[in-house]
Amino acid sequence: MAAALEVERLTKRFGRTPALDDVSATIAAGEAVLLLGPNGAGKTTLLRCAATLLKPSRGTVRIAGLDAATHGADVRRRLAVLGHESFLYPDLTPTENLAFYARLYRIAAPAARVETLIERLGLRGWAQRPVRTLSRGLVQRCALARVLLHEPDLLLLDEPFTGLDAEARALLSTVLREAHGRGTAMLMSTHDLALGLDLCDRAMILAGGRLAWQGPVAPADASRLDSDLRRLSGRAAA
Amino acid sequence: MLAILWKDLRIELRTKETLAALLLLGLLTLVVLSFAFDPTSALREAAAPGVLWMAVIFAGTLGMNRSLLREREADCLQGLLLAPVDRGSIYLAKTAGNFLVMVAAQLVLVPIFVFFFNLPLWLTAVRLTPVVLLGLLGFAAVGTMFAAVSLRTRAREVMLPLLMLPLAAPLIIAGIQASTALMAGQPFADVAHWLNLLVAFDAVFLVVGWMAFEYVVEE
Repeated sequence: MAAALEVERLTKRFGRTPALDDVSATIAAGEAVLLLGPNGAGKTTLLRCAATLLKPSRGTVRIAGLDAATHGADVRRRLAVLGHESFLYPDLTPTENLAFYARLYRIAAPAARVETLIERLGLRGWAQRPVRTLSRGLVQRCALARVLLHEPDLLLLDEPFTGLDAEARALLSTVLREAHGRGTAMLMSTHDLALGLDLCDRAMILAGGRLAWQGPVAPADASRLDSDLRRLSGRAAA
Repeated sequence: MLAILWKDLRIELRTKETLAALLLLGLLTLVVLSFAFDPTSALREAAAPGVLWMAVIFAGTLGMNRSLLREREADCLQGLLLAPVDRGSIYLAKTAGNFLVMVAAQLVLVPIFVFFFNLPLWLTAVRLTPVVLLGLLGFAAVGTMFAAVSLRTRAREVMLPLLMLPLAAPLIIAGIQASTALMAGQPFADVAHWLNLLVAFDAVFLVVGWMAFEYVVEE
């Protein structure tokens, strides 16, 4: 079975500054990988390259065996991105937003799928209110519904827990675990080590745009990884 | 493409932000310029088509900015770019939405223009409709393209007219020339060359925009 994500000698420069430098990594189908690193390490750049939102300066990105440079639409159909921004139109309701994205992804029986997700994510009471009027936690729930809409093979998560209260974090964590249980691969960048380690089987640490370390992780590794990250942050600052 | 167009129209119908801005600026332009000329002067009549096009340009430029800025809120443009749709069709949908909003604004502004310049309503409307529609389509085509270009610049409100208006000059000239001739009572056959120029401009910029949009929105 083809890897969910495979990056090979990936380099991304902004002007002369390399944000990613010769990164090679693979995420197997159904695997959940935690992406760690100090600020400016290249985590978001890696996620954006994987999502086809940034064109690499060099190297290749393959999703489910398809080259992102030549199979853009097919690749995008297989992935979803959840970040700090919701990608939801503030003047539309959650139902309207989800129905819109369902049409873009050509989902069969879109109304039923939207209703299922509204129910699953506890959005029933807010489904007909403009997104602009909802709290950050509710907006993130809608965003989560948006990424699950087309049942992607790969979830790219960029600090998905930022700004969420405990209840919303727990729900997000539960839904992500369910998606992982159904075989969805995940690459997640987060500063919340405990939540990240709870969800992921493996971690990769980026530092200065290069892959510094990768290996299997468990919740008990939190303090070790935390001190590794502090050391790398110190080096980056120096 | 239809999903994006319908979404844009739904938001516009709900907020009326762009339409209200277009109408206000268009109306302001018409009022100021109609009072700038002596009501008894022949110059007023001669300047009328220019006044109408000035209202179209000012209001249209504002509308272009609004439609793309909406996609910046909550980073919705990224949501569109992540969808498995041809990026050229995003451009076509945004252009169609801008065109329809500008047409809606002209449905209000042209009768006001006719009133201020004391022109026959139906005759003016019938004669100007093809020119205005072709002009608005071209303006939407080039404006949507450059609104996307200026989206990533810091002074985007200034950048859009600076980028767009020099390129839209042939369209504006053709629109004014055709409108002037038609309002003076000349037959359509006499302005065929101007109408052909408008059609060619529209076709070229729609195709260029459709093909280049992917590179324009790319970071």
